[in-house]
Amino acid sequence: MTDQALLVLADGSSFRGRAIGAAGSRVGEVVFNTAITGYQEILTDPSYARQIVTLTFPQIGNTGINAADAESDGIHASGLVIRNASRIASNWRSEETLQAWLIRHEVVAIAEIDTRRLTRILREKGAQNGCLVAGPEAADLDAALAKARAFPGLKGMDLAKVVSTTSAYDWREGVYDLDAVTFREPEKRFRVVAYDFGVKRNILRLLAERGCEVHVVPAQTTASDVLALQPDGVFLSNGPGDPEPCDYAISAIREFLTAKLPVFGICLGHQLLGLAAGAKTLKMKFGHHGGNHPVIDLASGRVMISSQNHGFAIDESSLPANVTVTHRSLFDQSNQGIALTDAPAFSFQGHPEASPGPHDVDPLFDRFVALMQEARAHAQAH
Amino acid sequence: MPKRTDIRCILVIGAGPIVIGQACEFDYSGAQACKALKAEGFRVVLVNSNPATIMTDPDTADAVYIEPINLRAVEAIIAKERPDALLPTMGGQTALNCALDLADAGVLEKYGVELIGASRDAIRMAEDRELFRIAMQEIGLECPKAEVARSFEQAVEIQAKVGYPTIIRPSFTLGGTGGGIAYNREEFEEIVKRGLELSPVHEVLVEESVLGWKEFEMEVVRDTADNCIIVCSIENLDPMGVHTGDSITVAPALTLTDKEYQRLRDASIAVLRKIGVDTGGSNVQFGVNAQTGRVVVIEMNPRVSRSSALASKATGFPIAKIAAKLAVGYTLDELRNEITGGATPASFEPSIDYVVTKIPRFAFEKFPAADARLTTQMKSVGEVMAIGRCFQESLQKALRGLEIGVDGLSPRTTVFTDESVAELRRQLREPGPDRLFHVADAFRAGLSREEIFALTHIDPWFLVEIEDLIRTEKDVAVNGLAALDAARLRTLKRQGFSDSRLAALTGTDEAAVRQLRRAYGVRPVYKRVDTCAAEFATSTAYLYSSYDEECEAEPTGRDKIMVLGGGPNRIGQGIEFDYCCVHAALALREDGFETIMVNCNPETVSTDYDTSDRLYFEPLTLEDVLEIVETEKPKGVIVQYGGQTPLKLARALEANGVPIIGTTPDSIDLAEDRERFQQLIEQLGLRQPPNRTARNHDEAIALAGQIGYPLVVRPSYVLGGRAMEVVHSDADLSRYIREAVQVSNDSPVLLDRFLDHAIEVDVDLVADATGGTLIGGLMEHIEEAGVHSGDSSCSLPVHSLSLAVQDELRRQVGEMAKALGVVGLMNTQFAVQGEDIFVLEVNPRASRTVPFVSKATGQPLAKIAARCMAGRTLAAQGATAEIVPPYFSIKEAIFPFAKFQGVDPILGPEMRSTGEIMGVGETFPQAFARSLEAAGIRMPKPGKVFISVRDSDKSHLLDLAHELIRRGFSLVATAGTGNYLRGQGIDCAHINKVLEGRPHIVDLIKNGEISYIINTTEGKQAIADSFSIRREALQHRLTYSTTVAGARALIGAMDHYGSGDVTSLQELHRKLTA
Repeated sequence: MTDQALLVLADGSSFRGRAIGAAGSRVGEVVFNTAITGYQEILTDPSYARQIVTLTFPQIGNTGINAADAESDGIHASGLVIRNASRIASNWRSEETLQAWLIRHEVVAIAEIDTRRLTRILREKGAQNGCLVAGPEAADLDAALAKARAFPGLKGMDLAKVVSTTSAYDWREGVYDLDAVTFREPEKRFRVVAYDFGVKRNILRLLAERGCEVHVVPAQTTASDVLALQPDGVFLSNGPGDPEPCDYAISAIREFLTAKLPVFGICLGHQLLGLAAGAKTLKMKFGHHGGNHPVIDLASGRVMISSQNHGFAIDESSLPANVTVTHRSLFDQSNQGIALTDAPAFSFQGHPEASPGPHDVDPLFDRFVALMQEARAHAQAH
Repeated sequence: MPKRTDIRCILVIGAGPIVIGQACEFDYSGAQACKALKAEGFRVVLVNSNPATIMTDPDTADAVYIEPINLRAVEAIIAKERPDALLPTMGGQTALNCALDLADAGVLEKYGVELIGASRDAIRMAEDRELFRIAMQEIGLECPKAEVARSFEQAVEIQAKVGYPTIIRPSFTLGGTGGGIAYNREEFEEIVKRGLELSPVHEVLVEESVLGWKEFEMEVVRDTADNCIIVCSIENLDPMGVHTGDSITVAPALTLTDKEYQRLRDASIAVLRKIGVDTGGSNVQFGVNAQTGRVVVIEMNPRVSRSSALASKATGFPIAKIAAKLAVGYTLDELRNEITGGATPASFEPSIDYVVTKIPRFAFEKFPAADARLTTQMKSVGEVMAIGRCFQESLQKALRGLEIGVDGLSPRTTVFTDESVAELRRQLREPGPDRLFHVADAFRAGLSREEIFALTHIDPWFLVEIEDLIRTEKDVAVNGLAALDAARLRTLKRQGFSDSRLAALTGTDEAAVRQLRRAYGVRPVYKRVDTCAAEFATSTAYLYSSYDEECEAEPTGRDKIMVLGGGPNRIGQGIEFDYCCVHAALALREDGFETIMVNCNPETVSTDYDTSDRLYFEPLTLEDVLEIVETEKPKGVIVQYGGQTPLKLARALEANGVPIIGTTPDSIDLAEDRERFQQLIEQLGLRQPPNRTARNHDEAIALAGQIGYPLVVRPSYVLGGRAMEVVHSDADLSRYIREAVQVSNDSPVLLDRFLDHAIEVDVDLVADATGGTLIGGLMEHIEEAGVHSGDSSCSLPVHSLSLAVQDELRRQVGEMAKALGVVGLMNTQFAVQGEDIFVLEVNPRASRTVPFVSKATGQPLAKIAARCMAGRTLAAQGATAEIVPPYFSIKEAIFPFAKFQGVDPILGPEMRSTGEIMGVGETFPQAFARSLEAAGIRMPKPGKVFISVRDSDKSHLLDLAHELIRRGFSLVATAGTGNYLRGQGIDCAHINKVLEGRPHIVDLIKNGEISYIINTTEGKQAIADSFSIRREALQHRLTYSTTVAGARALIGAMDHYGSGDVTSLQELHRKLTA
């Protein structure tokens, strides 16, 4: 059988299934995501770099792939693990089947394994390193296990600079309008510099939607280069890997805080803001990956269902006095949002841009815009 | 926000009797709500007229009123109990309508009762189609183009704007009653006129057709802090045009991208906010154009619904329980998700890692004259749900759980000619109850997926899955059993193929496939439903089977009793059996057993994950049950509570070593076997109506001569009263044998002497293993023998039988229980003619009457009997004395005739009722009046009574005629009845029968001149001739009696109708002494 595939975890657990993507072998941290919809958005999310993602929902690929739903240019996840692959793509916007797309992007993927068993192992033992093999190589379990164990793990791994854009670019496109079947182009009122640590397009779209002209810059762009652009605000994107090694970003953020420039961070950007403010981050057992996580806004008491994708978190006990906790996860009480008391800066651990996931948290983008508006009014008053 | 402390007592309104469109899902939701509110320390007052429910058990609420759900009775309850709040969202449309009536009549204001859950305005806005449409426009959502018409002329004007096909929906009717799709002017006129008539506010919506669009539902929960969650999305496999209750549905939605899903999510929440559903569960339905993605809102229900029951079972999120707590002030983040043992809050959206399929079950065989095309009016009577790790597995499990003689996509047609393929195309285009099977046959016939899509508009995603199953079936059939190695078999099992389907395909039997499968070690594992896709650990044993790697059943070493449930509801097997199963689980759990429930009906209380210690949501087939038994190794399995479903399996289970407790399968079989049972009756010296078995026409005529007419005749191979008829002469019998049945040596026709004017009596009994017996109660039927016992109303205690006859009945049931070795429940039906007693049938198992008897007498028979099966004696339970209440309880049947155009509402030997209500009173007439009120039967006001009765009833009519005249009625009659009455000196006008020329009786009915009809008839021709009278009466909601006994009870109840005190079950039971 040439379509055989094998997934081996560092703990020695193995799963045999059918290859539905490219042949070859890939290593990475194996994580599970419980979102029911949005496999395309998940696979194109740069935050999944060096991760092999298991989708707990068992019927994947049903609606195919379309260009408009991509969150980046390619597939960033190292591999895909699912229970059942769709036989066809059925959707009015579909352009390609999942399988064809995986093969085109040379992504290794396995289907027809007991993904619930895999999820149970990850839940109990924590995220594990693994090796996913498709094709003739899949016969060799020992080799795959050795590769899985050789993967160093994400702790201490700076991936932001790996997935980041190499050159700056401008983004003008607003959100996708399902009725008009096109992206909107709203009028621009603010200039935002967005650090690309692995940014998802929908973040840029939601900023553009709110009148931001977004200038996307590489992860290692210095603060002085950014300040020279005289932006109304700085956005810190999501991204893969451990935030701690990203010292270049942390020091740049400190300068924006000193300059009292409005700052908004999401996911990795949130962790980096925390680190810049003096907090510590920690690696979570198996992280948060899904579209159903309840997060409470501590100021209003409102519960929002959020999209989540992170394996590191801010350690709340390490927060300095000038940082307030704004949001918390109702699943495990972990930190989900902070705001600085002495600078117009705030951030959110989950994904207010959704895509995939619910839109409950997207008012945070309005808050960023409001901060920029205030800052501008303040500047004009002086 | 924590629980409100300003309210203390809450009134909950139930849904009343089971009807099409409103079934036992509201027992599930109502029972959950009552229990949740009680646990929070509120005093809970409940009103529900349906005695067959768990929610009307005396310990569900502090005061349980089995009283009519109408303005009068509920106002009386409010005046008596003085609740602070009313929760109207748990009892379906019935409860919402009643709450609106109470609000409109100023009752709520008068007594200071606050509506919680949904306000009056919210209910109105959601229910009134015009207000709803405006509301949707205001939040930027589209609805199909439509306008409300209050007259036929108005409807025609609107129709011109929206074009054909046109959807017609009457306002405020249950399950879309009276609605339909018109393709032409003639159909349009018929449906609009009927809709205007049936709508209580006489309006219909004339709507743009979105036929063929994809259909989705979102189940939303909202709290007082405006936190909203989507519990589940549901996709209809059958596109728009088929009522969602009649559609095959899957959860979660499978053919939406995240962008499209989130658009529906946002829209659903916006709809709830706009309508103003303060707290609780609601569902919002959408149509989505498959080519353009255009979304329209179809409707929303500001209450829990059938879909929320499905969503609760599909996800493990108990919507009704949570909704009840939200209604009293809690917010979602303050409540815990019980299925994860409280590790997570209720404020999240369930994620599931399986596919759920629901398939409706229909009963068109009971209504051969009904139009079996599926439309926007719901016609199904039950449903089955199945869980699988892929769509194919889920679908095939659901199919075999339906119990309609299929074990997968079994073929309907095997020969494909031009003619049969043309018929197939029609079946695909005009959906009926078997469309899915026709889709499968179409693939077998070689139709392309594209063509099937063009005919059905079923999403290609589903079609390709079905196509693959058919291709696989073909491959299995071609290669045979020998080709089934371990790997192949595992693949097939993962696709959901049952052993019996594989056996049929490979030309062997189920046992051979099972043996082979087990030899290869191909066994299912059990996965848990945990609301979170395994992200968190769960201690809740809510399980389903799948052919996957890891088993999560984790059976314990405790003493276990397994209860096999009743599967999908159908006519003749409904909520009463679920009630019994639930009681068995509760009683044995109390006694320290671990209880395990197996069932596949999502509407039920039995499939609530906390009713039993462990729940297996599985089809009730031999294969599925055996695998669970092997996993759990129970000490005992109860098969006698779930109706025919588990009984059919009893012998095979026993043969496979399953420890069945209670009455043995052989005894159950003995009672069902005509010949064996006859021998037993003779041995005991009891009597049956004279009967014979005929194998050809001449023999039938000869044997009929031996026992005499009238005769009940039926084919031996048909169960449940189908094709049963009463014949009165040789000519009648000849015609029956010629036209109605195929008689042969293998399928003889059964002849039973019909006992005219006999009183039918039901007796329920419990027996223990030591020979102890307990009489549950004697029920006297109101209608004469000949009407199916499930369709007849009955009185407990009996109201006209002599004490000697009663004692003799008690003696006879005791003898039969001993002779059959009954351990558990037994129901016996007798016919009594004077002092002569005839045994009609014995069912050594749970019967439909058990919950009614338990409510009437306060003795929980199903619990007592379950304990007997588990080894306790009646004496040890202190349950040895029959309780004869000092009040009367009447059970009245509820029929679905209004749903089925063209169906004759005459009562007969075939059961057609869907539900029941109970009425209680100090005297028989008082109780009967209350039962009429609860059944929504209008008491005739003085006016013209039309009387036309069969000859043998004439002499029984005189006192009734006098009584009617005394009450100010005048009589009109057809020639025969009129002449008889005038001959007896009774004043009576003449009216033509329909066939006698005009004006005739139907003209009078149409002109509104008749206030009441007594029409009894016999013989096929006479029944056919008088059909239009009954149908027209039904159409005009005119009260009619089709038996003299029924008329007598009704007239006797006239003085008591719509008056009298309301009494709670707790008050009634305090009057009881053994």
